Amino acid sequence: MLYRESGQFKTSYPADQAIFTIPQDRVFFALLMLAGFVGVPFVATDYLYTALIIPFLCMALAALGLNILTGYCGQVSLGTGAFMGVGAVAAWNLAYRIPELNLLVVFILAGLIAAAVGVLFGLPSLRIKGFYLAVATLAAQFFLPWLFVKIGWFTNHNPSGVITVPRLDIFGWRVDTPMEKYLLALGVVSVLALAAKNMVRSNPGRQWMAIRDMDIAAEIIGIRPVVAKLTAFAVSSFYIGVAGALYFFLYLGSAEPDGFNINLSFQALFMIIIGGLGSILGSFLGAFFILLVPIFLTRGLPMMGMNLSTAAIAHTEFMVFGAMIVFFLIVEPHGLARLWQIAKEKLRIWPFPY
Amino acid sequence: MAFFLEVLIGGLMAGVMYSLVALGFVLIFKASGVFNFAQGAMVLFAGLFFVGFIQKGAPIWLSIILTLGVMALLAMAIERLVLRHLVNQEGIILFMATIGVSFFIDGLGQSIWGSGVQQIDIGIPTDPILLMDGDILIQSFDLWAALVAGSLLTGLVLFQKTRIGRALRAVADDHQAAQSVGIPLNVIWVIVWAIAGMVALVAGVMWGSKLGMQPAIVGLALKALPVLILGGFTSVPGAIIGGLIVGAGEKIAEIYIGPYFGGGIENWFAYVVALGFLLIRPQGLFGERIIERV
Repeated sequence: MLYRESGQFKTSYPADQAIFTIPQDRVFFALLMLAGFVGVPFVATDYLYTALIIPFLCMALAALGLNILTGYCGQVSLGTGAFMGVGAVAAWNLAYRIPELNLLVVFILAGLIAAAVGVLFGLPSLRIKGFYLAVATLAAQFFLPWLFVKIGWFTNHNPSGVITVPRLDIFGWRVDTPMEKYLLALGVVSVLALAAKNMVRSNPGRQWMAIRDMDIAAEIIGIRPVVAKLTAFAVSSFYIGVAGALYFFLYLGSAEPDGFNINLSFQALFMIIIGGLGSILGSFLGAFFILLVPIFLTRGLPMMGMNLSTAAIAHTEFMVFGAMIVFFLIVEPHGLARLWQIAKEKLRIWPFPY
Repeated sequence: MAFFLEVLIGGLMAGVMYSLVALGFVLIFKASGVFNFAQGAMVLFAGLFFVGFIQKGAPIWLSIILTLGVMALLAMAIERLVLRHLVNQEGIILFMATIGVSFFIDGLGQSIWGSGVQQIDIGIPTDPILLMDGDILIQSFDLWAALVAGSLLTGLVLFQKTRIGRALRAVADDHQAAQSVGIPLNVIWVIVWAIAGMVALVAGVMWGSKLGMQPAIVGLALKALPVLILGGFTSVPGAIIGGLIVGAGEKIAEIYIGPYFGGGIENWFAYVVALGFLLIRPQGLFGERIIERV
């Protein structure tokens, strides 16, 4: 009844090519953004910001980056954590060594540096694919954090190897409280998500998908695999790098480069499998879901009268993640994003399904 | 020179341990085309059950039989709950599914038996042996490990000649053709996962005796991946030789190159070597050439 597209005709190409082709979607999305920028600051507590919302935004951006590479271009990567580390360390060095640099410029440059490193480690993808490539990205995952720990310059020869965020200023705006951090993260993530959405539905995205579906056929119809794969690596690593910088600047505050380890990579991979491979929305849904599970286990279960020890929670978390991955791969390979689509389909004919 | 030899032998012996894990990978990959990321978790799982049974008072031989039973059950469960539903999916989907399996059995094993470090002592002598007038020191435990790996390898090679072994190779070659001559695919998969479980038990016992049974073993087992790339995904002897190369290479690199970088290069050396190797010879030393048909 409410959500019906019949009778809404598109009369121009721009209308046909819009991201949201029907007004209901546009209104819904506008409300969502409004809720994000205005509504959330009214209701959220500091705990909610630091425990869920800010890490959610950062990890969603990382998952989005990984989704560009794995979901759209079909190149599996287990090096997400390392590339987030590259972004974080690069951003810290830029902010520390050139204090007059604007924070946004720092993020962009950190992303670009991560992109360059990503392209470097993406080179093997030109010769190998599938799990061979996954092993190759493991090399990045083990090599890069080691490099940051061992080469003192990266952490400015801090004996403990911990880097701490300097104060954050953007155009005179001091980003201090969790709410301000949240708004900054939300702004950056929104802009980048919009860019990604447009990228995947235009030329580069189509090239990636062609390579993913069948690389030989794509090559025959004139797509250059070298360009397509390396742009996927570059764009993906840019997103992951910015996500790493945000994760470090806005969420962690201080970190050891060692912290950007393989667990983070697996987490991002789980996010896109559960959220939906090859879906922008899926990256967000998956990130939300994956971050919610541990919070549910540590805080939700005691409310329901079940008390697990810390170790038991960690093990249960492993089992839940593992089971969810297998479940989604078997039952709904397109993840939560597909469920969302099905819900919308149902809504179209609601309340008269016949 | 003696020092170099000692480092080399120590590395080779460490490599044997990687080979033990890599063998399990190769078996499953050969028989089902599944790249089994869960092999490392299976090593931990088998080891934890073995230790658990021993601590409950079972003698060693009984614990081995019981653990083998558990691993067979696990193989059946994986076939029934996971693989059966993913027949004909792309390799990469199966790969991701085994990551899920890996996390699940990792968590399961630890929730049953706890996550502390458990010592395994099955009576393998650990006294050092001196060679060349005492210049070279090797652990007798390492020799035992090499012996175990060698007999495992021989057993597996001989097994391939049996009726079931032939069926395994047929399935590996072509699922559909194998099915059409009457080889039951599902049964073969259970068998091969059970055998991989057995290899995991052997690896678990050896690793556990050396380092103590602990969750970190899952991470160590990841090193079997570069071993596979060096040796080739489809070659049983390749897994052994790849393991030896990686083990010796990383120890020598750590001792002779490591000091220039502040040490710790053992952790990534194998991966970077594998990365370089992929660029030159993607099928590995002994693997079958990857030919893609359109």
